[in-house]
Amino acid sequence: MFVRTALLILRKDFAIEIKTLEIVMTTLFFAVACVLVFSFAFVREGQAPPDAAPAILWIAVAFSGTLALGRTFERERYAETLRALLLAPSPRPALYIGKLLGIVVLLALDELILVPLIAFLFGAPMFGRPLLLAAFLACGTVAFAAVGTLFAAMLMRSRTRDVLLPILLYPITVPVIICGVRGTAALLASPPDEPTATMWLAILFAMDVVFVTLALWTFEPLMSE
Amino acid sequence: MKKLFGPLAVLAAVLFAVAPFLIANAPYESTMLLIQKIFYFHVPSWIGMYCGLAVAAVASVWYLFKGSKAADRYAVSAAELIVVFGLNGLISGPLWARKAWGVWWQWDVKLTSALLLWLMFVAYLLVRKYGGPGSEKLAAAVAIFGAAVSPFVYVSVNIWRTMHPKTSVVPDIIKNPQGMAAPLLVSMAAFVVLFILLLNLRVALAERQDALDELYLALED
Repeated sequence: MFVRTALLILRKDFAIEIKTLEIVMTTLFFAVACVLVFSFAFVREGQAPPDAAPAILWIAVAFSGTLALGRTFERERYAETLRALLLAPSPRPALYIGKLLGIVVLLALDELILVPLIAFLFGAPMFGRPLLLAAFLACGTVAFAAVGTLFAAMLMRSRTRDVLLPILLYPITVPVIICGVRGTAALLASPPDEPTATMWLAILFAMDVVFVTLALWTFEPLMSE
Repeated sequence: MKKLFGPLAVLAAVLFAVAPFLIANAPYESTMLLIQKIFYFHVPSWIGMYCGLAVAAVASVWYLFKGSKAADRYAVSAAELIVVFGLNGLISGPLWARKAWGVWWQWDVKLTSALLLWLMFVAYLLVRKYGGPGSEKLAAAVAIFGAAVSPFVYVSVNIWRTMHPKTSVVPDIIKNPQGMAAPLLVSMAAFVVLFILLLNLRVALAERQDALDELYLALED
C-alpha cells in the first residue's frame, strides 16, 4: 500500500510533466543560466579559480531545486489537488515520499545536463570517479529535496510562499551544500582524494537518513489542519 | 510561574550587579590581557542562546504532536530570545576577534555554525510574521529541523575550517580555577536567570495576546 501510493503519486506527476515538460525545461534553463552567471562572475583572464566548478554545480542544483519545488507544488495548489490527495484514504507519509521522488527525478535530469556542461566549461575532470560523483549527487539531492519537499508542501497554504521557501531552505541545507562542494572538490583534485570524499559522503548519507526520518515523522501532524 | 517573577527579577539584578566586580577582579589572561574579559559576556550570551534552542525545539515537538497552544507560546518566545541572545554573541564575538585575531570575522566552525543557527531562527520569526494563518506549524517544523541540523552544521563546518578555541576551554577554566571560574559561573548564571525571566515575560505577553484574540472573536460572533 505504502510503496504503491508513493509510486502512483510519482506516476501522476510524471504523466503531467511529460505532456508539457514545463518544469524540466524551465528549471534546466535556469540552472544553465546560473552556471553562466557564476562563470561571468568568477572567471578572470580565461581561467576559473580552483574549486569553482563544484561550487557552481551545487549552487545551480540548489537554486534550480528551489524553483522546481515551488513549481511542483504550485501545480498541486492550483486545483486544490493536494487537498484531495490528503483526503484520500492513503498513508500520508507515502504522499510525501511520492512527491520527494518526483523532485529527486527532476533534479537528477538537471544534473545529467549540468555535470557535462560544467566539465565542458571549466575543464573539470568530472568523470574521473563516476560512481562516487553519482553517489554524491544522489545523496545531496535527496537531502536537499527531503527538506524542500516538506517545507514547500507546508508553504502551499501561505501567501508569501515564493519568498519564504528559499529563506527557510538555504540556512537549513547549508551543511548539505558544504558536504557536496567539499566532497566534489576532493573528487576533482588531481589525484582524486578518495578518503576525504568518502568521509563527506558518509556525513551526507547520515543527513539523508536524519532528514527523511524527521520529515516522515512530522509530515502527518504538519499537513493536518 | 508568575509567583517566581519577583524572586527571579531580584536574583537577576543581584547577579548582574555582582558580576562586574568579579570580572574586574579576575586575573588577566596571559596573552590577551584586558581583551579577554569580554569572554565573561560572550560565552554566557551563547549559553543563553542554547537554552533558547533547547526550549524552542522541545516546545515545537510538543506543539506539533500534542497541539498545545501553551507549547507554541513557549516556542515563539524562546525563538525570539534565541535571536536576541545570539545577536549579543554575534556582536561581542567580532569585537573580541578584531583585537585577538586581528580580523572582524573568521569562517571558523563556531562562528559559522552559530551564525547559521541564528539565521534559522531569524527565518523562524519571518515565517511567523509573514507566513499568514497556519504558519505556527510551519514554524514548529523550522525549529525542529533547526535543532536537528545543528550537529551537522557543527560537524561539517568543523572539518571545513577551525580557528576558534576548542569547546574544552570552558570546562578547563572551571576545573583549573585561577580566579576565572567564579566570574564566569556568575556571569553564566546571570544570563541563564535573565533568559528564564525574559522567557516568562514573553510567554505572559503571548498569553495575553491569545486571550485578547479570543475576546475579539467572541465579540464578532
